[in-house]
Amino acid sequence: MDGLAIDVRALAKRYGDTEALRGLTFGVPRGSLCGFLGRNGAGKTTTLKLLLGMARPTAGEGFIFGRRIDVEAESVAIRRETAFVSESKDLYPFTTVEQMIRIARAACPGWRADLESKYLKLFELKPKQKVSALSRGNLTRLNLLLALSRGARLLLLDEPTQGLDTVVREEVLQALVSYVATEESTIFLSSHELHEVEQICDRVVIIDHGRALLEGELDDLKGNYRRVRATFPQAPPANSWNGVRALVQEGRTVSMLVSGHVDDVVARARSMEATTVAVDPVTLKEIFLELVRPDDSRA
Amino acid sequence: MVLKLNTASGVPIYLQLMEQIKYAIETGAVRLGEQLPGIRRLAEDLVMNPNTVAKAYRELEHEGVIELRHGSGAFVSGQAGNGRADRFERGRPVLEAAMRKLADFGLSEEEMRRLFENELNQLREQRGRTKGNGRAGD
Repeated sequence: MDGLAIDVRALAKRYGDTEALRGLTFGVPRGSLCGFLGRNGAGKTTTLKLLLGMARPTAGEGFIFGRRIDVEAESVAIRRETAFVSESKDLYPFTTVEQMIRIARAACPGWRADLESKYLKLFELKPKQKVSALSRGNLTRLNLLLALSRGARLLLLDEPTQGLDTVVREEVLQALVSYVATEESTIFLSSHELHEVEQICDRVVIIDHGRALLEGELDDLKGNYRRVRATFPQAPPANSWNGVRALVQEGRTVSMLVSGHVDDVVARARSMEATTVAVDPVTLKEIFLELVRPDDSRA
Repeated sequence: MVLKLNTASGVPIYLQLMEQIKYAIETGAVRLGEQLPGIRRLAEDLVMNPNTVAKAYRELEHEGVIELRHGSGAFVSGQAGNGRADRFERGRPVLEAAMRKLADFGLSEEEMRRLFENELNQLREQRGRTKGNGRAGD
C-alpha cells in the first residue's frame, strides 16, 4: 500500500551497549496528524533522528513516502520534503527574524511565500528583531514558521509545545490543525502533553523501551478501551484474567484496562460472584499510564 | 451553534461532535436545510483534527442527519429530529425524576454517571442474551 507517510519495520538502534530501539514497528498513514508518545528515554528522539537520516539504524528498515531512510541519496530526498522542528530549536542567534527566514528560503526550493507571510502575520513576529532577543514563545513561533513555510509533505515535531504558555500553545496547535487541513500533509509529533495529543491528533503511536506498545486511531482506542473494576467477596486468584492488558489488584478489588472484549470480562467477573462491577470510559492518559507502568509484568 | 469538546471525558471526540451537532439540530440551534461549518473551518475553530471532523460528518450523513454536498458543504437534511426528538422529549422527564432521586440519595455526579453506564451495560447484555447468541448489540 502506498498510503503510508512513515513506515517503520523492526527498526533497531544501538549506541554502544545501549539499545535505544529494539524492533520498532509502526506506520503513519498520509494525511494524519499522529502523536508519538513515550516516556523519556523510550526512543522517540532516536526514531526521529533515524527517520531524518541523522543516524543509521543498526537493523530493520524504515521508509518515508516509500523512500529508504538508510540510503543516503534517498535520505536527501526525504529531507527535502520533510520539515523538522526539534526540541533544541537551533537557530542562528546573531541573525534577525527576517535574515533567518531568508536563509531558510534560500535552502528550500519548495518555499511557500504565501505561507511565510501568513504565519509572519499570524504569529506577529517582528522581522527586524534579533533571534537572540526572542522570547521562548516567539522562538517557537519562528521555528514553526520556518517549518510550515517549507511546503513540506511531512512535518516531524519533537515536543513542539514544551515550555510554552497557554496562549502560544493553543496557537501552535491551531497552526498544526490548519496545516493538515489545508496542505494535505502529514504531521508526526512527539509529546508528553497527552491532552493536547488527544485534542488534535487522529492517531497515536505509543512506544516504550524501544518498541511500539500500541498504535491506532485515537477514537478507536478510546472506543475500545474500558476500565473494568470489580469487587469480590474474596480476593480472586491472580490468574483469572488472561488476555487483559493491565491490571491492579488491591485486596478484593480488581481494576483492569480492557480492550475489545469488555462484555466477556464483565461476564467473567459476574460468574465469579463479583459484588460490584463498574465499567468506565478511559482517557488517553489512563491508557498511556497503564501501558507504560514500570511494574507491568509484560512478557 | 456552540460546540464544546471535552478531551478528558474518555468519550471519542467524533462521537462527542456527532452528539452535539444532533443536539443543536434537535434544539433548533441549526435548522433544516441550513449549512454546517466546513470541515476545515470547524477543525480550526475547535482546534481539533480535520480527519476527526470528517469522520463525524460521514457518520452523521450515514445516519441521515446531514447531507454532504459536492464541494465541501454539509447541510442539515431533516431526518435528524424525526421521532428522535419525540423520544427525547418523552424520555427526559423519566430520567430527570430518576436523577433527582439519586441526588436525594446523596450520589455524586460521577457516581450517577457510573451507575447509568453500568445499567446500560447490563441492558445491553440482557438484550444480547435474548437475541440468543449472547452477543451484545451494535
